[in-house]
Amino acid sequence: MSGFFEQLFHRDTSAYQAKERMKLVLINDRINMSSSALDNLKTEIIGFISRHVEIDQDAVRIEMKQDGRQQRLIADIPLKSSRRKSVG
Amino acid sequence: MPGKVVTITSGKGGVGKTTATANLGAALAAEGKKVVCIDADIGLRNLDVVLGLENRIVYDLVDLIEGRCRSRQALIRDKRLPELFLIPAAQTRDKSAVSPSDMTRLCDDLRGEFDWILIDSPAGIERGFRNAIAPTDIAVVITNPEVAAVRDADRIIGLIEAEEKGPARLLINRIKPGMVKRGEMLSPDDVLELLAVELIGMVPEDEVVITSTNRGTPVVLDGKSKAGQAFRNIAKRLQGEKIPFLPLEEESGFFGKISKLIRTGGN
Repeated sequence: MSGFFEQLFHRDTSAYQAKERMKLVLINDRINMSSSALDNLKTEIIGFISRHVEIDQDAVRIEMKQDGRQQRLIADIPLKSSRRKSVG
Repeated sequence: MPGKVVTITSGKGGVGKTTATANLGAALAAEGKKVVCIDADIGLRNLDVVLGLENRIVYDLVDLIEGRCRSRQALIRDKRLPELFLIPAAQTRDKSAVSPSDMTRLCDDLRGEFDWILIDSPAGIERGFRNAIAPTDIAVVITNPEVAAVRDADRIIGLIEAEEKGPARLLINRIKPGMVKRGEMLSPDDVLELLAVELIGMVPEDEVVITSTNRGTPVVLDGKSKAGQAFRNIAKRLQGEKIPFLPLEEESGFFGKISKLIRTGGN
């Protein structure tokens, strides 16, 4: 239980906020892309893929991850299972 | 063995590059290594006052590079530490007076005579930084646990890698352990996780740094100073020794005073 409250307190500290803000700032600096440009990229990826296959829009997850000093764009895009069209 | 070139850099100004250069130089010289510190901040000379050698300057870095004096004439020997030398920056010129290849040539000449060549880089990512990084074997990036300094350190680390002078080694300076404990300051672990580079040292905030700099005496010569101890350890790590990182102790704040009161029975 104390772990839960400690975590709540921790998230409220200015050091935690500094770290979370810096994570995003450094990603944007390193790939030379603003947050809004990154959002546009995600929207375009989703749009492009959905032109070819039907995807589960609500479950799509596209995020930038730090791997050492490298950035990775991780996309998890669930596809909707195709309903077999009746042959006819 | 030819001497090694260490560049101390940071991106952001005011994080402690000059203090670190002076103290690492003094710590290495106190171990008997022959050391030269080069102030590469042309136009904003400061390493001379931090080392207490400001009254002995005749020739400077630009005089040496432009051939107006020989290296022996530009080298100022420290009186306390006979193995420590300074090449001061020119005060009335600017960074364009020196090129990266000038710095490489100068350092190659000095490698034969010195064990360690420490370069105090100017702030920024322009010509002065390029000059300071050109001849380097080990790039030490200094930051403070504070957002602007961390962001600039990340930029500098990226530039060092792009110039193939990496991997950069990180020195986290001016840590306030009490604030870290209260969640009011980024911890060394936070900074390391954000920057993802190898740590070479952590230096706590220490008022003795200011008072010793007032006197022009490097803090490593003060046996009791925590910052001095941290810099001595970093000097050993530069030489390849495996020295454990000092635990950060909380400065005596409110709780320290209370526990002292209890121990002394309220007096």
